[in-house]
Amino acid sequence: MSRRMAAAEARSAWLFLAPSLLLFLVFVLLPVLAAFGISFTRWDLFTAPHFAGFQNYADLILRDSLFHKVLGNTVLYVLGTVPAQMVLAFLIALLLNRRVWGQTALRVIYFLPVVSSTVAVALIWSWIFNSNFGVLNAFLGMIGVQNPPAWLNSSRWALPALIIVAIWQGLGYSMVLFLAGLQGIPHEVYEAGEIDGAVGWRKHRYLTLPLLSPTTFFVTIVSLIGSFQVFDLAFVMTQGGPANATNTIVYYVYQNAFQFYRMGYASAAAMILFAIILILTLIQYRLQDRWVHYD
Amino acid sequence: MTDVLERPAAVVPPRAVTSGVLNWLVFLLLLAGALAMCAPFVWMLSTSVKPPAEIFRYPPTLLTSDPQFGNYARIFGVIPFGRLMLNSLIVSGAVTLLQLLVCSMAAYAFARLRFWGRDALFLLYLSALMIPSQVTLIPNFILIRDLGWIDSYAALILPFAFSSFGTFLLRQAFLTVPRELEEAARIDGATYAQVFWRVMLPLVRPALGALGIFTFIAQWNNFLWPLITTTRPEMATLTVGLSTLRGQYNTDWALLMTGSVLAILPIFAVFIAGNRAFIRGITSGGFGGR
Repeated sequence: MSRRMAAAEARSAWLFLAPSLLLFLVFVLLPVLAAFGISFTRWDLFTAPHFAGFQNYADLILRDSLFHKVLGNTVLYVLGTVPAQMVLAFLIALLLNRRVWGQTALRVIYFLPVVSSTVAVALIWSWIFNSNFGVLNAFLGMIGVQNPPAWLNSSRWALPALIIVAIWQGLGYSMVLFLAGLQGIPHEVYEAGEIDGAVGWRKHRYLTLPLLSPTTFFVTIVSLIGSFQVFDLAFVMTQGGPANATNTIVYYVYQNAFQFYRMGYASAAAMILFAIILILTLIQYRLQDRWVHYD
Repeated sequence: MTDVLERPAAVVPPRAVTSGVLNWLVFLLLLAGALAMCAPFVWMLSTSVKPPAEIFRYPPTLLTSDPQFGNYARIFGVIPFGRLMLNSLIVSGAVTLLQLLVCSMAAYAFARLRFWGRDALFLLYLSALMIPSQVTLIPNFILIRDLGWIDSYAALILPFAFSSFGTFLLRQAFLTVPRELEEAARIDGATYAQVFWRVMLPLVRPALGALGIFTFIAQWNNFLWPLITTTRPEMATLTVGLSTLRGQYNTDWALLMTGSVLAILPIFAVFIAGNRAFIRGITSGGFGGR
């Protein structure tokens, strides 16, 4: 190819890239750098920002006991949601991967909560969890539970309530990924395995699980990252309450930025969330060699 | 991997399926699970047509003897519900179209054209996948405010007109198109733009469909960004309108459930109409070649 043609190709390429490049610079790359910069300032949006060095980070990490609680809540939420959701999703995928009557309809039903708006879902569950008239406590009463929890009004039960909703809503997403993974396992593997005595549970322990490990790896990362960013549920169901029992990292960022106008402080909290997600992803990739088998 | 939801099971060897009792057990288990998944939606529907007196009845009743379909008309008077729906439709539609165009153009360049810095730039785009959107939230809000774009469609649409995910997904699709097809067109004298528009885009229609449905649903359900960039009720989106309903009319559960039904049903329709494409987007987006 002549040099002139190569130059023409490159010129076309940059024209094709121009719109995305512009949007990427304006709404992603520059904002990330700006967020980093803002996190070192004290800024209320109305007066000029003051450079504060590492003050925001020091305050958040060393002194802000509410932020510690917020971090704890988020970790509890993630630990409560991700493993339970993955186990359930895996079991359902395993069952749905058999020839079952109404298979397509069943798969679609398990997936419907995923496409539902979290705001609407949060409203529906707020009504279900309503401690006086909610259908859940009516049901619990029917099966003999004497003092059902006050759920969203209880600082002890509000977070578990959010976790239940999150498991319900996200289940279908992981399930679909597991199903896709299961369908990628060749038939012959099981036939060969059966000859070696891999039947019943052993079949899944020694064949399905190892062969599915790339899927499991991917589902783990995606669910962890998604769960750390919980906001809509906390905003609509509890406004972070009662007594900050459901205040999470993103809710805290929102509160500080758009209710208290502490842009620097909120940005620093957002950067800490970024760091947590980055570290988790890196750890996962490092551990990957130990338990993920690619063919 | 294309139709995870519909493909019949092929993995389990035939002999494992012989037990009829076991199959029934599996079916009943799955049915019970599916009922549990549906129950909140059923409860939403049931509450949305209940008369006030029945909302707080104990024990609760599933079916009301006196359904109040008027709730569905009432909600349009309490908040500008029609306008909110229209806003959500405009924003989701515009974001979807723009993203399909912007991402496919970039994806074509990354998949097919040679230029200096290509791999480094693609890596930069990809690394953006790791950035939680909350990090860019504050600077983007400040930018929109300084531009005077609060309460505008531009604010709701433009920040989402590009996505790394979409570029990655479509690049994967373009890579599977045989080179000979476009080379033939090039020899016939087609420009790169013509090759892109007439040859490449039609060939990756399934991937475009997947990304389109995916984007539309995500935008329809988007909440935090419209929450902070809209102040006038008539410029809000459906999700924001719903959340304010909760604050003002704390006890009007019938109305809240009515709003939820109206927010969820359109998206169910979109999903059920295109669930295969949607699932393809999910499963191919993450796995690349697998």
